[in-house]
Amino acid sequence: MILVYSENDNSAFELLSQARRFQSERGGEVVAALLDGNAAPRAQSYFAYGAEKVYAASHPALQGVRPGPVASALAQLVEAAKADTVFVDSARRGKELAGRLAQKLGAGCVTDAIGVRWVDGAWQVDRAGLGGNTVVTERITAPRAVIAVMPKTFELGERMERSGQVVEVPVEVELSPVRVVERQPKGGEGANLEDAEVIICVGRGVAKQEDLALVQELAAVLHGEIACTRSLATDYHWLSEDRMIGLSGKRVKPRLYLGLGVSGQIQHTVGVTGAKVIAAINTDKEAPIFQMADYGIVGDLYEVVPKLVKRLKG
Amino acid sequence: MDIIVCVKQIVDLKQLRIQRETREPILEGLPWVISDVDKNALEAAVRLKEAVGGTVTALSLGGTPKLKETIKEALAMGADSATLIIDPLLAGNGPAATVEVLAKAIQKIGRYDLLLLGEASADNYSGQVGPRLAELLGLPQVTFAISIEPVDGRLRVKRSLEDSLEIVETPLPALVTVLNEINEPRIPALTQILRAGRKPVTEWKAADLGLSGAPDPLTEVVSNVAPKSTRKGQVFSGDDAVGRLVDALVREGVVAL
Ligand SMILES: Cc1cc2nc3c(=O)[nH]c(=O)nc-3n(C[C@H](O)[C@H](O)[C@H](O)COP(=O)(O)OP(=O)(O)OC[C@H]3O[C@@H](n4cnc5c(N)ncnc54)[C@H](O)[C@@H]3O)c2cc1C
Ligand SMILES: Nc1ncnc2c1ncn2[C@@H]1O[C@H](COP(=O)(O)O)[C@@H](O)[C@H]1O
Repeated sequence: MILVYSENDNSAFELLSQARRFQSERGGEVVAALLDGNAAPRAQSYFAYGAEKVYAASHPALQGVRPGPVASALAQLVEAAKADTVFVDSARRGKELAGRLAQKLGAGCVTDAIGVRWVDGAWQVDRAGLGGNTVVTERITAPRAVIAVMPKTFELGERMERSGQVVEVPVEVELSPVRVVERQPKGGEGANLEDAEVIICVGRGVAKQEDLALVQELAAVLHGEIACTRSLATDYHWLSEDRMIGLSGKRVKPRLYLGLGVSGQIQHTVGVTGAKVIAAINTDKEAPIFQMADYGIVGDLYEVVPKLVKRLKG
Repeated sequence: MDIIVCVKQIVDLKQLRIQRETREPILEGLPWVISDVDKNALEAAVRLKEAVGGTVTALSLGGTPKLKETIKEALAMGADSATLIIDPLLAGNGPAATVEVLAKAIQKIGRYDLLLLGEASADNYSGQVGPRLAELLGLPQVTFAISIEPVDGRLRVKRSLEDSLEIVETPLPALVTVLNEINEPRIPALTQILRAGRKPVTEWKAADLGLSGAPDPLTEVVSNVAPKSTRKGQVFSGDDAVGRLVDALVREGVVAL
């Protein structure tokens, strides 16, 4: 039986959709967990995406979503549901939960999953290996599995007209000694890279923040979203982190990825392998990005981009 | 504050090559280095020690004696001592098995206020070791730190999540994992490098930790190969480069004029 849990309902629905697809191969129920004390209204959508039951727990210690109490409550729901597999999302909260929960359950765990299969009675999970140089397939040999799945790995299924049962489970949870003092929204720019058809990605070849105007012009002509490599988001703060692509950022699947002044280090490019077409502009003809691009221009982005804009405007 | 920093030795991924026919990574002969983010964890530990006093111990489980060389960088960066478990049977078995060994070593070291780890190792990038270790040792867990400040015997940590920053306070002992943007790891001066050779390094074997064999990894690797590239690799230069790129993108149907 698969139990699905995510802080984020949309991620939970993707996980539920896939859990249902596995049902034909594995049998067993598909269930979900909710920990917010307000399960009944939320559960309706969970049923609609395939949960047969929603196991619900509420406890004062669960406020503030600290991983210790959350893992503890979830482990009790896993026992109550007799689930052998837990799907969580691989966003930061999901990832920090996955390890802690797996340790509690004695489960084998794979994080950042980009492919999940049920093969000869065991889970096989794909993820990036060696910093993105390889794809590793791991088989979970333990009787229990916790799999943290990257967003958009599983296709969202159809919303069905279904209902189900909410099972309230009394849980015992210790209060976490960690106190949340403050939460500040990051005020990201609301970029939606996961669904973008065209992505213009800037790297450190862009010398100054002001020069992003040039790139914005190109993005406008191509109706694309702007993305970036790590330094531009986390060191220079020129762009918000929700625009960062790579091992520690987003994995994207646009029709076109165009890299401007991006060297193509594997930790970045692992995030763009899903693109239909990869193109790059870089002054260095030896830049690794050309090894994995479909099309490239060896040249200075400050000269090439204006020409490109002009040409595209016709 | 007594701090143990968990440091992983990995092959230098910048020098990694892929075998053309089998698509397998060629790992033999690659130099060993400290995993990127673990240097940030070390730097954070040394800064805390500089601020409030205490000790910094680098703890590492590795499969080759080269670890003794690799760990010198941690000592040069300011760790006071290192504890190494060098055993090819215990190392390289993934996060579940790694934490069983590290936990035994940490319990044997005994005294600590803070465990610092990287958010994820640059080669395996599982991010499991921190949370698993916190659970096994029953410690409060604070992940994805971008700043750590001591306040009245507690730690105030700023965490970076996808769409929010969270400031939390944790009592000690605690386990904290750091993100690479927390600091810029120092490059040790020559005198520090020379001094590092004289710092105490303890080596433990499985038996010293009461382990009779390798802990169950709970997962096994079925395959590990580089994905096949089916990219076209057409690179244009010169005056008509822009025109040719645009034509190609239009042909692919990803750009409409
Ligand atoms: C564990 C780990 C995780 C990581 N995760 C990520 C991640 O998620 N995302 C990420 O992006 N990185 C990540 N990194 C960092 C990654 O390894 C690279 O350092 C980073 O992607 C490089 O960014 P860049 O291409 O912008 O910069 P650089 O590597 O400095 O490349 C700049 C490029 O611009 C070119 N250039 C310079 N001037 C011009 C010009 N005028 N016109 C055209 N081209 C020009 C140069 O030739 C060069 O190739 C990670 C690293 C580690 C160790
Ligand atoms: N073999 C090891 N020895 C010491 N610390 C380790 C080891 N493996 C992982 N770690 C620590 O755990 C963190 C997360 O690693 P991982 O779970 O592999 O992504 C690393 O950044 C290190 O701090």
